Amino acid sequence: MPLATHAVLMAGCAAMLFPYLWMLGTSFKPPDETMLWPPRVLPIHWTWANYPKAMDAAPFGVYFLNSLIVSVSATLMVIATSLLAGFIFGKYQFPGKKLLFIVILASAMFPFETYMIPLYLTMKTFGWINTYQGIAAPFLIMSFGIFLMRQHIAHGIPDELVDAARVDGASELRIFLRVIVPLCSSAIGAIGILAFIQAWSAFIWPLLMSTNRNMFLMEIGLSTFQSRYTTEYHLLCAASVLNTLPMVIAFVILRRRIMESVALTGLKG
Amino acid sequence: MTLDAAPPLSPEGAVGRASRVAPRRRLNRLTLAKYRFCYLGLLPIFAIYWVLRLEPIGRTFYLSFHEWHLIRPNRPWVGLTNYRELIDDPNFLMALWNTSLFAVAVVVLSVVVGLALSVLLAGNLRFTAAYQAIYFLPVITPMVPMAIAWKWIFDARIGILNYILSWLGVTPIGWLTSPQVAIWSIIIMSVWKVLGYNMILLLVGLKNIPSTLYEAASIDGAFGWRMFWRITLPLLRPILLFVIVVSTINAYNVFTQVYVMTQGTQATMGVQLRVLVSDIYQNGFQFFKMGYASAEAVVLTLIILALTLVQFRVIRVDER
Repeated sequence: MPLATHAVLMAGCAAMLFPYLWMLGTSFKPPDETMLWPPRVLPIHWTWANYPKAMDAAPFGVYFLNSLIVSVSATLMVIATSLLAGFIFGKYQFPGKKLLFIVILASAMFPFETYMIPLYLTMKTFGWINTYQGIAAPFLIMSFGIFLMRQHIAHGIPDELVDAARVDGASELRIFLRVIVPLCSSAIGAIGILAFIQAWSAFIWPLLMSTNRNMFLMEIGLSTFQSRYTTEYHLLCAASVLNTLPMVIAFVILRRRIMESVALTGLKG
Repeated sequence: MTLDAAPPLSPEGAVGRASRVAPRRRLNRLTLAKYRFCYLGLLPIFAIYWVLRLEPIGRTFYLSFHEWHLIRPNRPWVGLTNYRELIDDPNFLMALWNTSLFAVAVVVLSVVVGLALSVLLAGNLRFTAAYQAIYFLPVITPMVPMAIAWKWIFDARIGILNYILSWLGVTPIGWLTSPQVAIWSIIIMSVWKVLGYNMILLLVGLKNIPSTLYEAASIDGAFGWRMFWRITLPLLRPILLFVIVVSTINAYNVFTQVYVMTQGTQATMGVQLRVLVSDIYQNGFQFFKMGYASAEAVVLTLIILALTLVQFRVIRVDER
């Protein structure tokens, strides 16, 4: 029985991994080998040449930096807002608290695609098309981050700690910065991972927001590259590998943390 | 929603009761300081929420009642005209049908297979961590490069899928040449992409089922399938419903893989596979009919809200 289970699971793994192998193999093929019939997964003559050629054909380094700038700023902003709002909703009572919290949660029920048109018009009036702040805008807040941080602070940090600091004469802001924030590192990590993935994998919004190729994120850059180099499949695959690499490396290093963080999103249920 | 709980015996309440003893003025100042901190702290956050989310959500509805062309300055109120036109718009109806078909197929396949995977991987199997990581990998891999890889796997002339199928005597299939077939190719790709997410969430649900229940059931002589139907499935119900609703909502918003995989290649023209978001994108940002596109967005919103409400209903029924 376990043997049969392993056989099934391994066949499944092969199917899961095959697209990666196919992409990787093709990225090392000389151009003529991409059109072979029968197709081959691995090249006959291995070549590195596709990588520098792809890098020359489009500024993937710039795209990578753009993606990094947008994703890191979005992540920092989500962490900051989640910490502050999580603390306030988790440790204070004030008129209107319930309503405000419900507004934050309810707004997350609307998928981004349903309100991107007015948001785009707003960004246009701000003059934020082709700017980092415009591209990062919808990823700067995350209701789930506030929810998660509130849970963590309300249930994970004892009220006595906050009260003791208050008795010592600490201001609310000081309590937040000195007492609460240092105790939130695990939640910060989880929220940070989710915020980063969300911004990094964004597609339709940066597609709308960047008309200038120097502002393209990696995904947009690759998609545009695809429409220009439709036949040069070896270059496309090399570019795709480069595009995939940062996330895959991050996953190899942070596998446990990433999977745990994503599993947390089921908390809402 | 019971997320926001004000526990009746919180220390906050205790302080409130102590106030009757303590000098009144000092407490008021403390309470006021707290209020000030709360409102001042939330102010910038709600300002951002307002600009980036709340106002746009509201304005989508507002725009949908206008003829709002991006270039033309005259943007008259037209009532329900946009919606009336939608009902007769074959492109929109096609998009609605395709998206619904896509959603149903992706959800059924990814939930059933994801459930099977999580059941297999929840036990004390060897290498279970490695299996989980591999099945999860596509979830965090960017969509565009993988859509490109799949597009060529599906290629009618030189794609490796047709080659593998030719061993079984299947004649070459134009996986991405007609919309009717292309949608299934994109469904396969999308199931591959989201499977790991469902698996991970269901695994958490399975691990929360107390093992004593299984032990008790096995004493009663229940095994395998019986155990699955009688214990696993009922106890997994809330998280299973959550997974179904989240997958459905995500599927209704499909865009990227359709955008990438239906662009033309050297051998094939692009396929005209319409989904709701691509139709919104086209009407709003290529034809600049923002009002009309907003009406489509409202329809999408209503579908998704309805699905979410159904989930809350069913879960609430569950808790009774």
